[in-house]
Amino acid sequence: MKPPVFEYHRPGSVAEALDVLAQTGHDGKVLAGGQSLVPLLNMRLAAPAHLVDVNWLGELDQVPCDAGGVRVGALARHARVEHDPGAAEAVPLLGQAIGDIAHTTVRNRGTVVGSLVHADPAAELPAVLVLLGGTMELASAGNRPRRVAAADFFVGPLESALRPGELATAAHFPRPPAGSGSAWVELARRHGDYAVCGVGVLVALDQGLRVSSARAALISVGPVPVPVDLTDALAGQPHDAADWAAAGRLAAAAVDPEDDIHASAAYRRHLAGVLTARAARSAAAAAASRLEASA
Amino acid sequence: MKVTVTVNGQERSAEVEPRLLLVHLLREKLRLTGTHVGCDTTSCGACTVLLDGTPVKSCTMFAVQAEGREVTTVEGLAAAGTLHPIQEGFKEEHGLQCGFCTPGMLLASKALLEENPDPTEEEIRWALSGNLCRCTGYQNIVNAVQWTARKLQSDSAATGAS
Ligand SMILES: Cc1cc2nc3c(=O)[nH]c(=O)nc-3n(C[C@H](O)[C@H](O)[C@H](O)COP(=O)(O)OP(=O)(O)OC[C@H]3O[C@@H](n4cnc5c(N)ncnc54)[C@H](O)[C@@H]3O)c2cc1C
Ligand code: FES
Ligand code: FES
Repeated sequence: MKPPVFEYHRPGSVAEALDVLAQTGHDGKVLAGGQSLVPLLNMRLAAPAHLVDVNWLGELDQVPCDAGGVRVGALARHARVEHDPGAAEAVPLLGQAIGDIAHTTVRNRGTVVGSLVHADPAAELPAVLVLLGGTMELASAGNRPRRVAAADFFVGPLESALRPGELATAAHFPRPPAGSGSAWVELARRHGDYAVCGVGVLVALDQGLRVSSARAALISVGPVPVPVDLTDALAGQPHDAADWAAAGRLAAAAVDPEDDIHASAAYRRHLAGVLTARAARSAAAAAASRLEASA
Repeated sequence: MKVTVTVNGQERSAEVEPRLLLVHLLREKLRLTGTHVGCDTTSCGACTVLLDGTPVKSCTMFAVQAEGREVTTVEGLAAAGTLHPIQEGFKEEHGLQCGFCTPGMLLASKALLEENPDPTEEEIRWALSGNLCRCTGYQNIVNAVQWTARKLQSDSAATGAS
């Protein structure tokens, strides 16, 4: 048998899940889509004594959208959020980034919130949450739910601010301001692989279609997503003729990648610049077409 | 722990350890060895089955998680000795050599065509990118899916006309 022995819990409500998590503490792990956790168990890189399967909690399988943005419940799977029309309208960057996560079969099971809690430095969604200034909703038995800002949630590689006994119930992705556009660009060695480098960019334009602000968040170039303000490189410039390379240089200077078997640090830094320039150009184009469509 | 799953339309029950993977329930308890195991670390797609119609990797969920759900394996494709159109497509276009990846490829392709009856080559390659094949070089697999798409379309045009 591949995975190590564990005790399996199938709570029927969030309250019951929180009770089990409180009782099992450090020994308990939430089982969401299992697309990261089950391979770790199969390779015996993890051996939690208790697994708390939240796949039966239909109340967490919700993706409500409103003027404030998109609230993705803990059981909403990548594939569902990727194709949700409300989410695509409110926060286009979410679907843009999810399209680059793994393969269809993995997206059919893996959850958005699971990916955030897992906090892989090569994962797309932590960068999306950081870029948009989103928040995580964390619940535990006997306490009021707490909200943690994206900037504080990602602590290190595979390490988030989730405490033992806590269940992440949802992630909130704020709607970007009117007049803004976004893009996700990444380079992976094969379809569906983790990115060698990836970047999300959000560009806001003024009524004259000039850049008023721009920022990026990069993955695979540091222990957690790296936010970079690109405004200094682009502000005041036309949406279709800004100095994209200057934005790229800001990003390349801001990251501190390491060598590994997939790529050298120098190559990753080079990619950070090139991909940021590309993403900024596409984000500005998206912002302009949104503005023109609404005019 | 007892688990009851509808496999290829038939209700099946077994007494299992919670750590038993779905693929091992299928292969070892239910003796449906058509579903293959290539890596059991979620990389190769050989173990792909349909869970309530959606392709998933059966090495990446526990059997107990399939409680009350419907699982389709490659054994469930042919009806009364007649190949499913996707199986015919793989046969006609030589979409397999050793056959190890084939059950997963068939199920992922079937799900694609149900969602998108007329996929482009790019869409086919994306939809199958989680399924690795060490023999064919993929070209004939793409041809097989295209063959099946055309066949299903001409079949439904024929039924529509009659
Ligand atoms: C072949 C392959 C390629 C992949 N490529 C990518 C990629 O390119 N980009 C990418 O981002 N990801 C990738 N992934 C990972 C995938 O996105 C996972 O779905 C995701 O990382 C984890 O989500 P999950 O729901 O499957 O979580 P699980 O595997 O169930 O859990 C992961 C971890 O998070 C914890 N957890 C999950 N949900 C909660 C919760 N609600 N509350 C508290 N703790 C929780 C679990 O206890 C566990 O520690 C890939 C996976 C595979 C197998
Ligand atoms: S055996 Fe399941 S993905 Fe390889
Ligand atoms: S036919 Fe041999 S692995 Fe695909």
